[in-house]
Amino acid sequence: MRVIVLGPQRRPTLDAVVRSLELSGPIATVTAGWQEREPDDAEFDALVGGRSANLRLHARWQDVLTRDPEYAAAELEHRAALRELQELHLVQLDGALRGLREVARYGGSRPPIRDAACADAEAVVRLVDERHLARVREAREAFEARWRPGERLAAAGHRTEVRHVLDAAAGLVVAGGHVGVLLHVLRLFAVGAAPVVIAWSAGAMALTERVLLFHDKAPHGPAHAEFLDAGLGWIPGCVLLPHARRRLRTDDTARMAELVGRAAPARCVVLDDGVRLDLGERGALPPGARTIGPDGRIGDLA
Amino acid sequence: MTRLAINRLKERRPDAASIDRFLARHEVPIVEGDRCTFLWRGEADEVFLVQRIVGLPERLPLRRLWGTDLWYLVLELPAGSRINYQVEVRRGEHTERGNDPLNPKLSYSPVGTSSVCFAHGYVTPDWTEPDPDARSGELTELVLQSRALRRDCRVTLYLPARFRHTASYPLLVVHDGGDFLQYAAAKTVLDNLIHRLDVAETVVAFVHPQDRLAEYSNSAAHARFLTRELVPRLEAELPLVGQRSGRCLLGSSFGAVASLATAYRAADVYGSLVLMSGSFVFTDIGAVDHGGGPVFDPVVRFVNRYRDRPRRVADRLFVSCGVYEPLIMPNRSIVHTFESTGMTVRFVETRDGHDWENWRDTLRDALSWVYPGPQKLVYE
Repeated sequence: MRVIVLGPQRRPTLDAVVRSLELSGPIATVTAGWQEREPDDAEFDALVGGRSANLRLHARWQDVLTRDPEYAAAELEHRAALRELQELHLVQLDGALRGLREVARYGGSRPPIRDAACADAEAVVRLVDERHLARVREAREAFEARWRPGERLAAAGHRTEVRHVLDAAAGLVVAGGHVGVLLHVLRLFAVGAAPVVIAWSAGAMALTERVLLFHDKAPHGPAHAEFLDAGLGWIPGCVLLPHARRRLRTDDTARMAELVGRAAPARCVVLDDGVRLDLGERGALPPGARTIGPDGRIGDLA
Repeated sequence: MTRLAINRLKERRPDAASIDRFLARHEVPIVEGDRCTFLWRGEADEVFLVQRIVGLPERLPLRRLWGTDLWYLVLELPAGSRINYQVEVRRGEHTERGNDPLNPKLSYSPVGTSSVCFAHGYVTPDWTEPDPDARSGELTELVLQSRALRRDCRVTLYLPARFRHTASYPLLVVHDGGDFLQYAAAKTVLDNLIHRLDVAETVVAFVHPQDRLAEYSNSAAHARFLTRELVPRLEAELPLVGQRSGRCLLGSSFGAVASLATAYRAADVYGSLVLMSGSFVFTDIGAVDHGGGPVFDPVVRFVNRYRDRPRRVADRLFVSCGVYEPLIMPNRSIVHTFESTGMTVRFVETRDGHDWENWRDTLRDALSWVYPGPQKLVYE
């Protein structure tokens, strides 16, 4: 599988990328992150040369919920539980991050003592992140084991149809949008890889190992970055940051360094407009990829 | 610094015609940097600007421009301010108070209209204006026969655009619902903030009071209506979260008292409260005159009791107040009482008065904090 990650497509580069790959055959597309606007993909279709086969994952999801009320009720409860987990995670994270920042600010006359305390506080933050991801995974696995969505009539039919489209496709293109919805429907319909995968923004985030949510420009100012869930894992070793300069206070190097520490050992990769990253084996980043260093500064990968 | 328009006029020793031209050229009040010039024209013995800014005398005298019938007052107002005022004119024994005839801008409050001055830097937020790109939510009318209030209660229900029965929504109950819809553009604001992903898709119940001063001043019957009748019915009929984290009461002025008093009686029911310009009047020494008149008596008793024995009534409280309101001191004071119970409190002060525009302009801060939208989840 060849994976290409793009920057946000406000000024599309997708058409040039698709042309450069010389793909033959239809291209499966996912616009489920756009939710109700999923079918509004005429412009998208033109960018892939009129060869798109939209997997319509959002519409299929809504169809499953409508045709299988028992599953729909269970899924609603599951999503409410995940939301509560996320809220509790933020409460815990707030305490752990406050501790870390207070320790880092602490003056004192013995830097080695403070550095050791800092390392401990960082470990607490990482533990909170890890435990949260583990709890989410457990909740998801328990739900899937209990309800086996893939074996239920409504979802199973859609899975088969999705697989047929993918089997005939030369590539898979995943657009951005709501990353939570994308993750959910990609899993629900067991979307598999294609020979070539192109993704951007939320679409690319969903393919990583861990999805990190971030937004420093919210009405109330910077919010804590928070891990949402594991992704599909097709892009290992990276935490992707689309719109980084628009959404993050990238000039706050202490804050950026904190982010890098939480993402480690994965690299924080900046995906701004115009970026194209042709990933190598096991998600290896090409030279020139923009990443955030341990000092919190953005720089080019050598 | 450029001389003020009124000073330039003064130097010209104006006649009636030049004053006519001056008034035609300028919006009143004339805002020049942080100076606002208030004007009144006519024959009178005294003219006053009447306002309720804490720390300023309630009546500020205007001066007559020598040899003319033009009266003026220059007031320094901090950037971003919005103040409400009226003009009082005395002719002999007769005094008359009303809105500024030279200023068409009006502000609405629970006690009527007043003239409004937008100081330098105040901009009406764009999210309060209709946005053609924002999908429109739906308003429907609901009537509940309330045993608690012994009357039919009208509720206007807001369902967000793209409302689906396969999703679940948090619930917001808004006191003085009709006024919030009419004077605080609540539907437009909700449509816009949901469209911009600032606020989660939310079902909103706008309740309409009958006798708000009675029902909203710590009334057990009103609390029963909300907690035992309205919320259970909505949760039975609509796909709502149905848990404390998904229930919020919002109110301004007496509506804020009603929100707090309702949550006080049902401490496990509501996760959040939005208390705007709450009429949290109290007395430190029991039976002294609190200055609010008899309608405030039950409020003062309730607030005094709450301050004596504060308790957690919700998880999160958004509290706001205009710094020009007489209620700013009670609000600043009660924030510490709320915090002492372990509730998470966000307190916002605005350079504004006790009116619907203040509460409208605060809605984004309040709602995006109580029910944040999916901004963090969306990467286009």
